[in-house]
Amino acid sequence: MELQNKKEISGKVSKIGFILLIIGAVLVGASFMANKERAFFDYLIMYMFIISIALGSLGLVALEYLVGANWSTPFRRISEFLSSIIPLLILLVIPIILGMHDLYHWTHKEAVETDAILKGKEPYLNTQFFYIRLGIYFVVWFLFFIGFIKNSTNQDKDGNVIYTKRNTTLSTIFAPVFMITLTFCAIDLMMSLEPHWYSTIYGVYYFAGTIVAGFASLTLISVLLKQNGYLDPRIGNDHFYSMGTMMFGFNIFWAYIAFSQLVLQWYADIPEETFWYMMRWEGSWKYVSIGLLFFHFVLPFLILLPRSVKTNLNRLKVMSIWLLVAHYLDLYWLIMPTYTHKAGLHGPVFGWNELGFPLVIIGLFMIIFRRRSMKNNLMPVKDPKLEAGLNFHL
Amino acid sequence: MIKKIVNIFKKVNEDQNPWKDEKSDKVYAVAALFNTPDEIIHAAEKVSNSGYNDFDVNTPYPVHGMDDAMKLKPTRLGWFSFALGLTGTLTALGMIFYMNGIDYNNIIGGKPFFNFPSSVPVTFALTILFTGLTTVGVLIALFSKLPWLNNPLLDSEYSKATSQDKFGIYIKSTDSKFNQSEIETMFSSLGSSAVSLIYDSKVNEKKIKTPIFETGFIKILIGVGVGTAVITYFTLNWVIFQMPFDWMVIQPKVLPQEKSKIFADGFGMREPVPGTVARGFMPYEYKGMPDSLVKLLANPLPVNEKTLLTGQKRYDTYCSPCHGNYGKGDSRLRGQFPNPPTLMSEKVLNWTDGNIYHIITNGQNVMASYAKQISRDDRWAIVHYIRALQRSQNAKDSDLN
Ligand code: HEC
Repeated sequence: MELQNKKEISGKVSKIGFILLIIGAVLVGASFMANKERAFFDYLIMYMFIISIALGSLGLVALEYLVGANWSTPFRRISEFLSSIIPLLILLVIPIILGMHDLYHWTHKEAVETDAILKGKEPYLNTQFFYIRLGIYFVVWFLFFIGFIKNSTNQDKDGNVIYTKRNTTLSTIFAPVFMITLTFCAIDLMMSLEPHWYSTIYGVYYFAGTIVAGFASLTLISVLLKQNGYLDPRIGNDHFYSMGTMMFGFNIFWAYIAFSQLVLQWYADIPEETFWYMMRWEGSWKYVSIGLLFFHFVLPFLILLPRSVKTNLNRLKVMSIWLLVAHYLDLYWLIMPTYTHKAGLHGPVFGWNELGFPLVIIGLFMIIFRRRSMKNNLMPVKDPKLEAGLNFHL
Repeated sequence: MIKKIVNIFKKVNEDQNPWKDEKSDKVYAVAALFNTPDEIIHAAEKVSNSGYNDFDVNTPYPVHGMDDAMKLKPTRLGWFSFALGLTGTLTALGMIFYMNGIDYNNIIGGKPFFNFPSSVPVTFALTILFTGLTTVGVLIALFSKLPWLNNPLLDSEYSKATSQDKFGIYIKSTDSKFNQSEIETMFSSLGSSAVSLIYDSKVNEKKIKTPIFETGFIKILIGVGVGTAVITYFTLNWVIFQMPFDWMVIQPKVLPQEKSKIFADGFGMREPVPGTVARGFMPYEYKGMPDSLVKLLANPLPVNEKTLLTGQKRYDTYCSPCHGNYGKGDSRLRGQFPNPPTLMSEKVLNWTDGNIYHIITNGQNVMASYAKQISRDDRWAIVHYIRALQRSQNAKDSDLN
């Protein structure tokens, strides 16, 4: 059977994306002019969010091969398209490199000299090694990304099973590599904002958020495509139900990990650990912390629990947007307190300075998605598992 | 051994099964077997489309798409689970709140008596437990219609096949459209590999006995109980102290009463830094002083219901094991310990509050100091309570007014 894109994704998508990107970029520029330090922190939030979606999506692609899932095959391209921002990561990191001094306390030579703890961590936390590590992550991610995408798109031509086999092997190697690089990436870029503090579960925490973001963006785009008639009519409730379930499940996983981190530090009650939470509890940060609990976990949990929500496209769409916003809030909660604390503010800051960054993200992904969809099929048309995936029923 | 157990079960089964070989000639259902999941989906679709609704499907494993094919309504089971899961959550929180927060306050790691974080794991576990058990319970009660232990399908070739590698469907004779020959032809036209009739069971009332009271079964039950107990005992008392399970047990930390090389005097336990006071503890300046000086200490607490209740609580917890519930020195410890004296003696009656407080704080001979366990205010509350006990047992007529 010949399965091709029925319609091509309208040029409006990239136009709107472009407009958003421009507005966002202008606002971001203004934000840098107005308050350079604050803007660097906002930029880091944006950057981590992009990594979440890029790597989360690549992780989902790998996961599908790893476990041999059928149901998600019709959607794999969507995740592939989203992960196509990976080559850009190296460009996008430049502002962070420029803002190292504003962001990371451990880059202050004079502070490290007088600080026994930072001195002890110096063999790991120093700028040279930091750049080397970032370089390693980018190269590794890029190579795997190219590998997966090449095999997947080549299969569109002849449907050879060998590509599936190759990607399965690749995903077996990628699974541990993914976990390790993502863990260290989270430690380097986010945890080292507070170089005195550490949590051994931090990497898993970020990973949990990443996978939620990966599933939420996949769900959001699939629902939008479905509603606009781009997807095969055989894709129905059972597919979306499964997607909703995965989103729901990994969101619980996030809560589980977040709680595990909290309860251990709360129990031990050692000042060198608890100050990190105290920073997120001082002033009105308290309400952000409590809000995160409800917004990221309690409410989505209750809303996504009934089956009817997971099979209703509109509600699913709302929930996937919700979880993406929740992940953004999560990153804000992880990163911003370092800034407000340094700036002597006793509460979160939010204003026009922050608004440009999400626009840039949305714009970037819209443009990239549309560009990739012009070059490739929206479905892996010759994938041997596609037929089974389309006919999937619970 | 295993063979023996299996035989016991077999025997129980054969002797006890009141339905064995007792089929009536009333048709219960028409059943058909199919070889592949696709065939069974097709058959289920056909049956539900033909307007039957009293039918069911048996497969060796869950078949995708069956819900749609059978036109099943979404199950309500989820709501039961949710409701009872919520009950579990509230039970756990309520239990912890009452036990830790109200009934039996214990300071653990300096945390508030009731606190949310440490309640979460138990709450989580109880929620899962309630949800799991009720889901299974409701499933059994609603859908398997317990306590009815038999189903005409059992002991049929049909059931044997569907629990191995065949996919079966049957339409019950209670269906409004039931017509035996019509259904048989429909099944064969669908390509069934075997169409059969299932007959209702004829129950032999006399034979119905509860197999739980069989000696064989009881023997197994006792065996399992003893076995579990022995294994648990050895696991907890021996296995966990062997390599590598002891890796977490032995930790390079100083335990109470242990030596430590870190300090010059070799003691692991330390005195507080001179001039400091632990939180919540006021130093007692009258340590070891004679009664005459102590006498003058006045009870700072007012006598009211609250202090008396606290005093009662603390007294019952800390003092009553020795001095008895009413302070008469008649506790169950009598004879096993230097006899604790009565607190109703002339001597104690004539003491000032300060004297009693001094003894709780300082101790006297074999009675140790309770200053570390009981806060200052609570000690004074106990004194009030002892006074109340004394008065109640030497009540004068005027007290009635
Ligand atoms: C381990 C058992 C034990 C406990 C618990 C205990 N006591 Fe005593 N108490 C004794 C003994 C034994 C004596 C007698 C000591 C002696 O030989 O002088 C005593 C003596 C006393 C006396 C002095 C009585 C006298 O006639 O000299 C008072 C008052 C007293 N206890 C009050 C208390 C209070 C109040 C508490 C609760 C905080 C308490 N005790 C808990 C064993 C106990």
